Amino acid sequence: MDFTLFILACPAVGFLLLALAGMRMSHRAAGLTGTLLMAVTTVLSGATAWRFFTAARNADGVLPAQIPFNVEWLPLGGSLHIDMGMLLDPISVMMLVVVSGVSLMVHIYSLGYMKGERGFQRYYAFLSLFTFSMLGLVVAANVFQMYVFWELVGVSSYLLIGFYYTRPEAIAASKKAFIVTRFADLGFLIGILIYGYYVGTFSFSPSQEGLMRGGMMLPWALGLMFIGGAGKSAMFPLHIWLPDAMEGPTPVSALIHAATMVVAGVYQVARLFPLYIGYAPQVLHMVAVVGVVTAFYAATVACVQSDIKRVLAFSTISQIGFMMVALGVCTSVLPHEGGLGYMASMFHLFTHALFKALLFLGAGSIIHAVHSNEMSTMGGLRRYMPVTHITFLVACLAIAGIPGFSGFFSKDEILAACFAYSPVIGWIMTFIAGMTAFYMFRLYYGIFWGRENKALHEAHRPHESPLVMTAPLMILAVLTLAVGWMPFGHFISSDGEAYDIHIDATVASVSVIVALIAIALATWMYARPQQPVADALARRFPALHRAAYRRFYMDEAWLFVTRRIIFRCVSAPLAWWDRRVIDQFMNFMAWSANACAEELQPVQSGKVQSYTLWFLGGIVVLTLVLLAC
Amino acid sequence: MEPEVHVIHYLIIGIVMMACGIYGFFTRKNLLALLISVELMLNAVNINFAVFCRYLFPDALEGHFFSLFGIAIAAAETAVAIAIIINVYRNIGHVQTDDITDLKG
Amino acid sequence: MNISLQEIAFYTVAACIIVCSVLAVTTGRILRAATYLLFVLLGTGALYGILGYTFLSAVQLMVYAGGIVVLYVFSILLTRSDRNMRYCIARGKLASVLVTTLAAAALMVFLTVTNGFALNMIPQGVELPVERIGTALTATGHGGFVLPFEVTGVLLLACMIGAIVIARKRE
Repeated sequence: MDFTLFILACPAVGFLLLALAGMRMSHRAAGLTGTLLMAVTTVLSGATAWRFFTAARNADGVLPAQIPFNVEWLPLGGSLHIDMGMLLDPISVMMLVVVSGVSLMVHIYSLGYMKGERGFQRYYAFLSLFTFSMLGLVVAANVFQMYVFWELVGVSSYLLIGFYYTRPEAIAASKKAFIVTRFADLGFLIGILIYGYYVGTFSFSPSQEGLMRGGMMLPWALGLMFIGGAGKSAMFPLHIWLPDAMEGPTPVSALIHAATMVVAGVYQVARLFPLYIGYAPQVLHMVAVVGVVTAFYAATVACVQSDIKRVLAFSTISQIGFMMVALGVCTSVLPHEGGLGYMASMFHLFTHALFKALLFLGAGSIIHAVHSNEMSTMGGLRRYMPVTHITFLVACLAIAGIPGFSGFFSKDEILAACFAYSPVIGWIMTFIAGMTAFYMFRLYYGIFWGRENKALHEAHRPHESPLVMTAPLMILAVLTLAVGWMPFGHFISSDGEAYDIHIDATVASVSVIVALIAIALATWMYARPQQPVADALARRFPALHRAAYRRFYMDEAWLFVTRRIIFRCVSAPLAWWDRRVIDQFMNFMAWSANACAEELQPVQSGKVQSYTLWFLGGIVVLTLVLLAC
Repeated sequence: MEPEVHVIHYLIIGIVMMACGIYGFFTRKNLLALLISVELMLNAVNINFAVFCRYLFPDALEGHFFSLFGIAIAAAETAVAIAIIINVYRNIGHVQTDDITDLKG
Repeated sequence: MNISLQEIAFYTVAACIIVCSVLAVTTGRILRAATYLLFVLLGTGALYGILGYTFLSAVQLMVYAGGIVVLYVFSILLTRSDRNMRYCIARGKLASVLVTTLAAAALMVFLTVTNGFALNMIPQGVELPVERIGTALTATGHGGFVLPFEVTGVLLLACMIGAIVIARKRE
């Protein structure tokens, strides 16, 4: 048996162990159990990646995909069957490393962050469950298995968002996240069913005749599957759950709602990329449009939020929009001829996971220090928390796209891909990249410089977090600095062949200049204790500011759609029908049975004589009837 | 000795006994009186068996033996029924059908 | 019009049976009902005798008239049923009982009369010899009745045990 199986087995065992016996363990034992198992998983993932990427390439220069095991789980008749298996190819191995690595960081970090919390063991159990589900998702060997783990991921996300189940907001947020993503997953499921029905398989790489059979239905299937991916990846307009999901513990936000789960939609599109390119390029371009809209929308909203986790959440939505755009602008599987976006998207997924996890963990460290999410309680924290400050700055520079940091390389590839597809999208994305730099530095200055809330800090002096929390920050910061230099194209590219990353000088210089301008603007507006420009702008455009602060009323729009339209026009008549017709019919049946019984009851007197009298009368009548016939 | 009475006369006797048994079964309320009525009905049946055997199949013995076994079974039935009635009496103090309506345990 | 002895005996017994049957179900005293039943059973035994089934007649007398009626009398006395025989039956119930009973009786008479039993099939009957009964009762082949005989024996045993168990006084 291959050791890769243990990558899945370790978190599963961890979950079972902690869920069943966790409450009898001490906090320390439970946390260490989860963390050690996760460390094993990480080491195994790393070993798998090493083995995979150092293996000999095929004759056509492609790294051979491996299937360590695959069992038929559910035969559905005909040739259709659902398998449970493990597929190792470049993107799944990359995701294995990302998921297990970030998860390990979060496990370690949580030892400090969650210290003394009620339900500590439960927290680690859920983390293990999530990691198991997410790893299962990325190594899924067919689309149905992916769906199974997809839903498991949704469940564990729900459980972790609602971790503080005594807080009404957390409960509401967990329900919202579950319902919205579940609603989107309906599209995924229908897409899978269409795919399975018409193509005749759930495999990611169906046969040619299957694809011919699929024909016209394939774009529909892929489009519906993308709805599921859009829900999970918080694409506009299904993004509404993600900002609220920040009610969960901050390390959970880092793991699930920044680095891993929310990129599942991107991963799904990438996984089905050959099908999109070959059979539904129009759907792929729709993906690009959705990505652009989402990226722009989220960036504008992020510029005015005051809750630091909300800013990061919208930043995440915006960055996932970047990845989607990168996939959407692909026009062929050849990296040199329009397939660059695939590699760029995966690269950005990789780097984003690291620096966004770093940002969230840094935010967690800050929240840990000041016990609040609001920017107004912060300001000037650089003097109290040097490590957090430096690592946070590294992450900000990375996401802003400053050369040398990892975000620069991946974002540059995305922009290059966009320009190659359409200069309009290219310029829009460059502008959004500038906005990214602006709001990230607004956040950075708001936390570490700017207006210091002196009164609060006098009363409760902020302090640097313990080593168990800062160590993951430092590790992630080093990685953020380093991974940009790796030859990512050698590992992952749209056709599998090694591809050298070129820095397009024009695109890179434009984006760097835009980023620098944005940073300068943010510095000018927010770095000082007094912020006349920002306040004046907010006063000058109150409607715009308020609209952006309220996220352009998207939640209200959804509430309007659900409450006013769906509830009133669809649910209410259905409920009326259910209550008045179905229920009443059932009540009538029960009532009539009851009434008949009431009427018949006296006959059942228990008196033998009356029984026999009826019996005799019956015999007489029957005899007469028989005689008459 | 040869039978000279017409078969219908025997059967009429049987019918009268049967009707009396039925009437008594419905009108009596004492369990023992009820049982007496049942005995009447059983006797009517036994007479019918014997008569049919004698008149219609004089060489066969089936009807005769049916009557014989009928008597044995009637005896058994009476024994069990009386045992039950005595038990009922022991439990509730009388044997009137009006108050024995549970038909269970 | 010559009336044979057999006819005289038959009609006398028949009248006795009919009268006693009616009285057995209409009398107000249960001990008298049991006594009328005894007369009915004796009459039935006599009928068997007239038919030529003397063995059956003897069994009837011994088992029914001798055994069962005694049981009745004992149980009547044991349960003190000789009181409690005063009761009135609801008019509606009585009417329905009478209608049903009379309808059933009328139906039976109708069926019997219209069946058209061959009037000329009056067989040359003789007394059934006991030897033949004994042989048939213990024979296993064609015309043998050993199986029902055994079954009846088992039934009687079961009833005996059952009666004892039921009537036993519970601790």
